[in-house]
Amino acid sequence: MPDAILELEGLEVAYDGVPAVRDVSLSVARGEIVGLIGPNGAGKSTTLHAVMGLVKAARGDIRYSGRSIRGRAPEKIAQAGVALVPEGRRIYPHLTVDENLKLGFAAARRRGSRSKVLGEVRELFPVLGRYRKRLGGGLSGGEQQQLAIGRALVAEPDLILLDEPSLGLAPTVVDAVFAALARIRERGVTTLLVEQRAQRTVALSDRTYVLASGELRATFGPADAAATDRLVAAYFG
Amino acid sequence: MLQTALNALALGSVYALMAVGIGLVFGVMRLVNFAYGQLIMAGAFSLAVTSEHGWPDWASLLTCFAVVIALSLLMEVAVFRPLRNAPPATMLVATFAIAFLLQAIALMKFGSLGKVATIFPGLFDPVADSGRFATVRWVTVVAIACGVFAVVGLTVMLERTSVGLHMRAAAADFRTARLLGVNANRVITLAVVLSGVLAAAVSVILVIQTPLVVPSFALRDTIIVLVGVVVGGLDRLWTATLGGFSIGVATSIFTDKLPTDATVYVDSFVFLAVIAVLLLRPNGLFAPASARPVERA
Repeated sequence: MPDAILELEGLEVAYDGVPAVRDVSLSVARGEIVGLIGPNGAGKSTTLHAVMGLVKAARGDIRYSGRSIRGRAPEKIAQAGVALVPEGRRIYPHLTVDENLKLGFAAARRRGSRSKVLGEVRELFPVLGRYRKRLGGGLSGGEQQQLAIGRALVAEPDLILLDEPSLGLAPTVVDAVFAALARIRERGVTTLLVEQRAQRTVALSDRTYVLASGELRATFGPADAAATDRLVAAYFG
Repeated sequence: MLQTALNALALGSVYALMAVGIGLVFGVMRLVNFAYGQLIMAGAFSLAVTSEHGWPDWASLLTCFAVVIALSLLMEVAVFRPLRNAPPATMLVATFAIAFLLQAIALMKFGSLGKVATIFPGLFDPVADSGRFATVRWVTVVAIACGVFAVVGLTVMLERTSVGLHMRAAAADFRTARLLGVNANRVITLAVVLSGVLAAAVSVILVIQTPLVVPSFALRDTIIVLVGVVVGGLDRLWTATLGGFSIGVATSIFTDKLPTDATVYVDSFVFLAVIAVLLLRPNGLFAPASARPVERA
């Protein structure tokens, strides 16, 4: 794919010899939102963890901006411009909202104005500006999700990996999260989105891959969001 | 009374310094370094050797810090780093092995009778020639000042600097910290170096108080402090520090207040108190009631 920012080629990941991801090849072009959907245990999160270097790839290659990042340490991958918003948010409950956000600077590559970056993130998620001194653990689930995404954006990544950002959130909060994803795209950040909400993901993404039992089963475009039967067949077929 | 209070504060401060040193490394590595006492012993022997050769006190002091920091870094690079992903029990046994190795080296090199270190002898003098402070030595004041300085300095570093924020994040959830780009090796190395600086400071204070340096130097203190940090709550630096401080104060008060023929039982009294505390508050004396162990990758 021309101008691919992320390419997975024949990726295989196994836990104690049991394959979790098998021969997965996909690519994400700069500026795209690409979805990765599938049932529980399909290997979606494992794929993201392999990209971030949290789990070892048993086979295949992971290329970021044309260079292999397979086997690199998570912090090196983050410092190269990839940010992961992990499942369950994993914000620091005993640190304040501002401290959580400032941790994002650990992976910042540009030495620009930090207050400007923080201001942009607070503009995107106003709640983070309102509760700057509040402890992360004192925020609601939706607010924590905004904090987790905001923390990733502080690093000004080129590629953001989102692992089930709507998990456990109220419907209105899910709307806000998906709206934020659209705005993140407008800022030129490429997104690989792992989600359980298949139709919304297909509708939002430029392209959506369906992963089941560790294998890619199908690819959908935004126009396929209403094709429920095909989605169900790809999930469970 | 004043002397008892100051002695208790001084020993509490020294033990707090050791607790911070142990707690810093535990925070980022989940590793209880049982060889911490041998770092202090190595620093003490460096003071003894340099003072024996007539080095000026400042040169002995610098050498002590250099030796302890270098040994700390060597431990990290040669043992802890290769074993970083090993099971906790393996790491724990490795620190035991290092402790015995360093003690054996000291025994071979200096013998069981050890050496006498004469450094900053003026600090053993009383603060005043007469009056209430006539029984208080300068080293007691220095120990308290060092404890306060180290705790305040570390608090400022942890609360006000980027690297301090990274250390706090790494201590709470190391895996997420790495995902955010926090440099694992840098944070761990800094924790190891700071821990070494504190061990060197303790070496100096203990040597001034007890100039005879033997291979088991600071071993008893380290065991007491390890118990103290567990009693305080090892999962958080401030609770570990308070635990170290408290057990130092308790040990000193027991030593001062027990009848002379009962002072050999000081440790028994201290550990009885420890057992009582752990039975009542298994998460630690100062850990919040709702505290749960922090998550590790």
